[in-house]
Amino acid sequence: MKTKNETSRRDFIKLSAQATAFLAIGFSGKASNELVKLVNKTALGVEINPYILINELGKVTLFNARPDMGQGTFQALPLLIAEELEVRLDQVDIQMSDGSGKFGSQLSGGSSSVKTRWIPMRTAGAAVKEMLIQTAAKRWNAAVTECYAKEGAVYKKGSSMKLGYGELVEEAAKLPVPTQPRLKSHAEFTQIGKSIPRPDVPSKVDGTAVFGMDVQVPGMLYASLVHSPTIYGKVKSFSAEKSMAVKGVRFVIKTERNFYHGPFPTDAFKAKAKSDAVAVVAESYWAAVKGKKLVEVNWSSEGAESTSTDEFFLRANEAAKKEGAEYKDAKVGEVGKAFAISDKVIQAQYQTPFLSHAAMEPVNATVFVQDDQVEVWAPVQGPDALVEELANYLGIKKERVKINVTFLGGAFGRKAYYDFVLEAAHISKQVNAPVKLIWTREEDMQQGPYRPGMISAMKGGLDEHGNVLGFEHKLVGGSIMTSVFKFDMTGKSDPWAGEGINLEDSPYAFPARRNSFEYVAPNLPMLWWRSVYASTNLFGHESFVDELAHAAKKDPLDVRLSLLEKSPRFVAVLEKLAQISNYRTKRAKGLGIGIAIARSFSSIAAHAFEVEKNGKGVRIKEVFSVIDCGTPVNPANIIAQVQSNIVFGLTATIKNEIRVVKGQVQNSNFHDYAVLRQGEIPKMTVHVMESTEVPGGVGEPGLPPVAPALCNAIYNLTGKRIRTLPFDIEQIG
Amino acid sequence: MAVYNLQVNTKKHRVDVDSDTPLLWVIRDEIGYKGTKFGCGMGLCGACTVLLNGQPIRSCSTPVSTLKATDKIVTIEGLSADVTHPVQQAWIEAQVPQCGYCQSGQVLAASALLASNPNPSDADIDMALAGNICRCGTYQKMREAIHSAAKHLSTKKA
Repeated sequence: MKTKNETSRRDFIKLSAQATAFLAIGFSGKASNELVKLVNKTALGVEINPYILINELGKVTLFNARPDMGQGTFQALPLLIAEELEVRLDQVDIQMSDGSGKFGSQLSGGSSSVKTRWIPMRTAGAAVKEMLIQTAAKRWNAAVTECYAKEGAVYKKGSSMKLGYGELVEEAAKLPVPTQPRLKSHAEFTQIGKSIPRPDVPSKVDGTAVFGMDVQVPGMLYASLVHSPTIYGKVKSFSAEKSMAVKGVRFVIKTERNFYHGPFPTDAFKAKAKSDAVAVVAESYWAAVKGKKLVEVNWSSEGAESTSTDEFFLRANEAAKKEGAEYKDAKVGEVGKAFAISDKVIQAQYQTPFLSHAAMEPVNATVFVQDDQVEVWAPVQGPDALVEELANYLGIKKERVKINVTFLGGAFGRKAYYDFVLEAAHISKQVNAPVKLIWTREEDMQQGPYRPGMISAMKGGLDEHGNVLGFEHKLVGGSIMTSVFKFDMTGKSDPWAGEGINLEDSPYAFPARRNSFEYVAPNLPMLWWRSVYASTNLFGHESFVDELAHAAKKDPLDVRLSLLEKSPRFVAVLEKLAQISNYRTKRAKGLGIGIAIARSFSSIAAHAFEVEKNGKGVRIKEVFSVIDCGTPVNPANIIAQVQSNIVFGLTATIKNEIRVVKGQVQNSNFHDYAVLRQGEIPKMTVHVMESTEVPGGVGEPGLPPVAPALCNAIYNLTGKRIRTLPFDIEQIG
Repeated sequence: MAVYNLQVNTKKHRVDVDSDTPLLWVIRDEIGYKGTKFGCGMGLCGACTVLLNGQPIRSCSTPVSTLKATDKIVTIEGLSADVTHPVQQAWIEAQVPQCGYCQSGQVLAASALLASNPNPSDADIDMALAGNICRCGTYQKMREAIHSAAKHLSTKKA
């Protein structure tokens, strides 16, 4: 991925010239973990499986099928293979998968990469290792048990006999692939669990890492778009004259933006989920941008003037009075009865805003459509889904779609939605050339899709001893499923929306409990945003647990420990958090502390915020964090991801929200959609729990408890309960 | 279109572009150094930071016509020949980058800070890096890396 085109071409030629035989192992199809042998001879080596290539010189190339957007999959996934294959990570080359089916699912999303590939990737490595050992044993006339593999070679115990993988690979490739190779125990790991340096890091400090923005292909033209100011608008007419007069501008053409996601939308939805745009295609990006400013477009807003975020929240507040569609699988007892016999019933409503992903790298894609084939170079989170989407969109065969995945300059969910790639394809097809489409920052911020704005309507009942009898969490707002897949959620409980507060994620032992969802249309495009609904749900959930504790005149940590006593991993995380934050120590006057805990994406994270008065506001003195993400694969990276989530979550808590007035997004760039900067960061101390459990997610679970932990701390210090995000931390009042 | 003579990473370049073309796009698309990134186009995020006569500037909002042929422009590719600048080394040691997109700008801003202030305080770092956004939130690690680079530089001198 440290793509230096010339170098790789030279390597290619060199290898081709001497390519005699080589070995790769893969999976038989999408969603299948059954290993199959491919044994393709390629220029790089023998493909025993699509993830592992070994050439006769012993060079090992590992394929990473989970795009890296900063979360560390570029290292973590190959590391799982390398651990079992018995090669050091610094001995291998890493390449990205290209979206083709032999790699199986290739989505970086839902913090799922290590979690779902933990066994399959290790199995692939272990199977190839066993094949190599068998081959060596045969050559030495030795038993397999007398041989072992280490750092790219097979050795015979008690002797100096050694055969490098390159010497074995061609013969090994002829063996059947072991279906159930033995996997190492935790005690045998030599790389998993260590903070091994990430191989992409040097290329990210010397400017050589290739992002989508950096792609250059021969004959490439640059495109800039005039999108609809109200997102869903249609072009009534446009004048290209002034724009065409800019030197370097080659085409000014009408194009389209598609809002559906997934390979099989219905035709009716496809037609509806489409807006127009005008593309300016030029010989340089600057000419395209200059040309874009001169295009005069007469827009039909398609009724979008009535869309506003204020109006949405008014409707959502009204809808919060309804019962909501119940989540059957999160139901415990009867909350109605519990409230009826409660000594005290309290209610509160929490609001979380619409947000933009605002990754540092604005969305961009380079696409070349030729007859019945298409090649893409782009920062995308899931090349396999993009293959299907493009094949469907262009009406071509999947095998004729090739995706070159670059590094992603941040994504946070945005780059698992491929509207921008389809736009570039639509333009490339019209101009018959490779086209590099770059959205401006303003478009990136004003065109969505956005994190749904949500309301959490909470209700809780306590007995006379302050024990919780009933707990109700009603979610009110938009639906990502409706927005991207066109599933109507009116009157239904959106199955995605309940994440972070279902019984597995929130195992509080409430005697009665009810979660529900009430759909309110935002009339804006919605999308998954780092930690998705857990990022919105946990604010109300964990703030309200605090409110109940205070109403019961009990310590919020004690209440949590008691309600979670049958969930030992939660208890261990809370006990560790209390220890590292000195929670139990009486704090000096003027200092407050608040905590929150959340399980999302199969990992448990908790934060303690320590805050102090700062004029009319509050200053965050320090943040303490504990994460239990199962077996830690790379502890340093886990700590980095928790810090990343604290900063990202804090920005969502105390900086700007996306506001829409008369269908137009009011924010445009980092001056009115501010994000945390160097001087605004609290000191962060992160503890990673030791564990031998199956790994959970790492890229997102640190985020959901940020906002409630901070607001609980502010309540502890000031007695003021914050229920609407974002808020101004310098004006608490 | 007009011809401009620029000195980038000690090499002289002659480019024929519109006078209002931002230095960013000249560096990236005319000269070919892709390490300098486009982030906001308004000088708000710092992804496009380069050094102009040693000072960090936002190349996305610096028209090429404002530059003189004698100006010394340094991009991330020119900071060192082989990733050996103390800031780069400290960045690798601390494993600072996540997505990496903003890091060219961060590294250059940090190198300019240390060139003028070999022993910066936390407040100095906050000030010097205030113009460089990192959405991955690598701020704490950057701070650690700058202190470590400063320490390394002072030992080297002593």
